[in-house]
Amino acid sequence: MKTQDMLTGVDERLSSATSLEQVSEETKIRVEALNLWYGDVQALFDISINLHARRISAFIGPSGCGKSTFLRTLNRMNDLIDNVRIRGKVVIDGADIYSDSVDVVSLRRNVGMIFQKSNPFPKTVYENVAYGQRLLGVRDRRVLDEIVERSLRQAALWDEVKDRLEEPALSLSGGQMQRLCIARALAVEPEILLMDEPSSALDPIATAKIEELIVELKQKYTIIIVTHNMQQAARVSDVTAFFYLGRLIEVGETRKIFTSPEKKQTEEYITGRFG
Amino acid sequence: MKHSVPRGDTYVWMTGGFLALCVIMITGMLLLIVVQGIGYFRPRPIDQFALQGDAEAETILGQVYSREDIPGDVAMTLGYDPAARPVRYLVRVGNRELFAQDFRWVNGPDVGMVTRPANAVCLERVEYGNAYGFVHSLRLGANRVIDSEIDAWDVFQKIHETLRGLLEQIKAREKDELGELNYQFEQHRLEVKALEYRLANGRIDSASYETRKTEIVAAMANLEQSLRLHQAALDSMRRIAREPVLVLRALGSSGEDLVDIPVASIVRAYKPNSMTATATLRFYASKVWEFLSDDPREANAEGGVFPAIFGTVMMVLLMTMVAVPFGVLAALYLREYTSGGAMVRIVRIAVNNLAGVPSIVFGMFGLGFFVYFVGGGIDALLYPERLPAPTYGTGGILWASLTLSLLTVPVVIVATEEALAAIPRGIREGSLALGATKWETIRRVVLPSATPGIMTGAILAMARGAGEVAPLMITGVVKLATEMPFDSHFPFFHLDRKFMHLGFHIYDIGFQTSNVEANIGMVYTTTLLLIGIILFLNMAAIMVRARLRERYRTAGF
Ligand SMILES: Nc1ncnc2c1ncn2[C@@H]1O[C@H](COP(=O)(O)OP(=O)(O)OP(=O)(O)O)[C@@H](O)[C@H]1O
Ligand SMILES: [Mg+2]
Repeated sequence: MKTQDMLTGVDERLSSATSLEQVSEETKIRVEALNLWYGDVQALFDISINLHARRISAFIGPSGCGKSTFLRTLNRMNDLIDNVRIRGKVVIDGADIYSDSVDVVSLRRNVGMIFQKSNPFPKTVYENVAYGQRLLGVRDRRVLDEIVERSLRQAALWDEVKDRLEEPALSLSGGQMQRLCIARALAVEPEILLMDEPSSALDPIATAKIEELIVELKQKYTIIIVTHNMQQAARVSDVTAFFYLGRLIEVGETRKIFTSPEKKQTEEYITGRFG
Repeated sequence: MKHSVPRGDTYVWMTGGFLALCVIMITGMLLLIVVQGIGYFRPRPIDQFALQGDAEAETILGQVYSREDIPGDVAMTLGYDPAARPVRYLVRVGNRELFAQDFRWVNGPDVGMVTRPANAVCLERVEYGNAYGFVHSLRLGANRVIDSEIDAWDVFQKIHETLRGLLEQIKAREKDELGELNYQFEQHRLEVKALEYRLANGRIDSASYETRKTEIVAAMANLEQSLRLHQAALDSMRRIAREPVLVLRALGSSGEDLVDIPVASIVRAYKPNSMTATATLRFYASKVWEFLSDDPREANAEGGVFPAIFGTVMMVLLMTMVAVPFGVLAALYLREYTSGGAMVRIVRIAVNNLAGVPSIVFGMFGLGFFVYFVGGGIDALLYPERLPAPTYGTGGILWASLTLSLLTVPVVIVATEEALAAIPRGIREGSLALGATKWETIRRVVLPSATPGIMTGAILAMARGAGEVAPLMITGVVKLATEMPFDSHFPFFHLDRKFMHLGFHIYDIGFQTSNVEANIGMVYTTTLLLIGIILFLNMAAIMVRARLRERYRTAGF
């Protein structure tokens, strides 16, 4: 009952936010004719898309269609996998991130990522959140305390862990771990946030909190979220992109995609006829 | 078709049977070692054998160390009836003043009567082995003699501790004070050699050489003087301490003999045939303590093994301190920085095979490379004035440890690689996604998660290294080390020194002495101790690992 109330509340705020759209049309990420191969198998075909600053973009599509793969090209996470070949361009803030002169470390600092499988470090809760700041050389305990608390609050986890900051992160529940990973990404304040199904392991209350957070973060960040949950995509995103078999089938304003999609495949997927 | 046995059951039986066989063999061996090792320190009764037969009648007093059947053909030649299954006893008769041999075989059929005189006494001595006999009298001074056996034993027990303590004190002072003086003397001598060396190389002029040399020579004369004084003082103290004498009525080959034994030279005196339970226990405890804390006596056959314990532990720790960092770094490179080509595979195979190379080969390499090449190089560079006497260019604990770490590093590499491979990729990606460099990721996330696995490698390496003897024998182990690798002189740890090792100690007392039968008990005890030490080191490492595991548990999903 209460959850229902909350969700409707969120919904209203979200739709009001969505209506305020056209504020920014500044392109943050521009992808041109991107192809990707795992060895001999092509996983992404000719993807071109523009993603805007201070907007929430949702990627939807059936399992295995390449959403995660595409997301991972945006912070060069695929570099770590052997035999991956990439052709095409990914331009962030006017610079091609695949050109040789790019510093991958600072790219990744700017493009935060929350993984599909939560992956907390085998450290304490506190050290997990403070990790990025420690990398930046922050040692002052008070500064760290403040950042840890703020990040945990943003990730809707503070109340649950404020007394267990020194416990191992791996003693948390699956959903708590996922929110911890969100807090960890927020702690370094990236400009772009890539979220691969951030709420797949969360209960409705935590999901609502995370969605609230995502909408809030929109003021400052560029957010891309992969989701299998159509309602979630409809609730939070401004733009929705539909992927199918490694191709970008359709992209457009969320309301438009959900009400009057141009492609038949999109419509079938959204209405639940396949996938 | 009907199966009398369900299918697959035979395999269960087979695998289970082989496991049982392994367990039985290992526990059997351990049991043997434990039983034999623990029994060694008990007070053995003293038996008196009255011999008869063709030979003239003789009475023997001693402790039976073992008993065995006389082989049939031997029995025949000796004229015994093999059907009666004659036995013989290995008897420790001691009393080196009277007999050539400490041990002696007594053939069962020759024995007329065996008794256990309650007042028979065994004296363990600092030198000359054990003495067996009966207390005759106690001579305290030129004209103070206690004649009654009971009184003499009473008084002896009262003064023994004190006199023994006195002698120990003298020995300790000898070691400390004379050792210090000798050390200074040696330093001066080396300085003179260094001066001569520098003069010969034209690095100082002869005038300053002369002045400095006169100074040193004067100092050396001073030292020599005080050395002599010290020695004289200690000698007279020792003479006083050795004055009280216990007179023992011993059984020689031709009747009774009186033997004078200075009270201070007796380590332990006991009457095993009339010991109470508490006395037995106290005896046992004091033997164990002596074994663990004392220096060896009597060509290592008696006394303690403390220097060997120290050498073993220090060698193992040094080896681990070298092998683990090297192994971890090598494994990190192999697993994290190479891309798995043919070259990497060859290196990996080579590393795995290195673990199977006979250890003596490592020993020879250690001798050639570390001792002669590196050690010789160090000597030529840093201690040219001491040549041809080598400092590092001879076997020592450092070279032995390095040789063994070479031997054990493959174990660490393999274990570390496995630990690294088991770390979920997600954790690395999580770190990299936060803007960590590869090295930062390795240092902050990967290595901590791998520590339990690395510890496993270290444990295996320690277990392997602690048990090796062959390579040590040619890189620095000795039968008896006069100086420990650790003392109060700067730089405290003297890694160039030779050292003692329990494994080599076992080999030495078990196979390198004339009294092999007599030493078997010591062999078992030392083996038990070595196993105990390895077990202890491993347990400590396992406990540390359990802690780390708790801390660096990685997600299992
Ligand atoms: N490391 C890899 N090596 C080879 N093929 C891969 C690898 N990772 C993904 N693929 C393949 O690429 C395709 C796209 O995978 P991806 O993980 O991007 O799908 P997804 O859309 O995220 O699916 P889901 O919704 O289930 O997460 C799949 O066919 C998958 O099998
Ligand atoms: Mg995915």
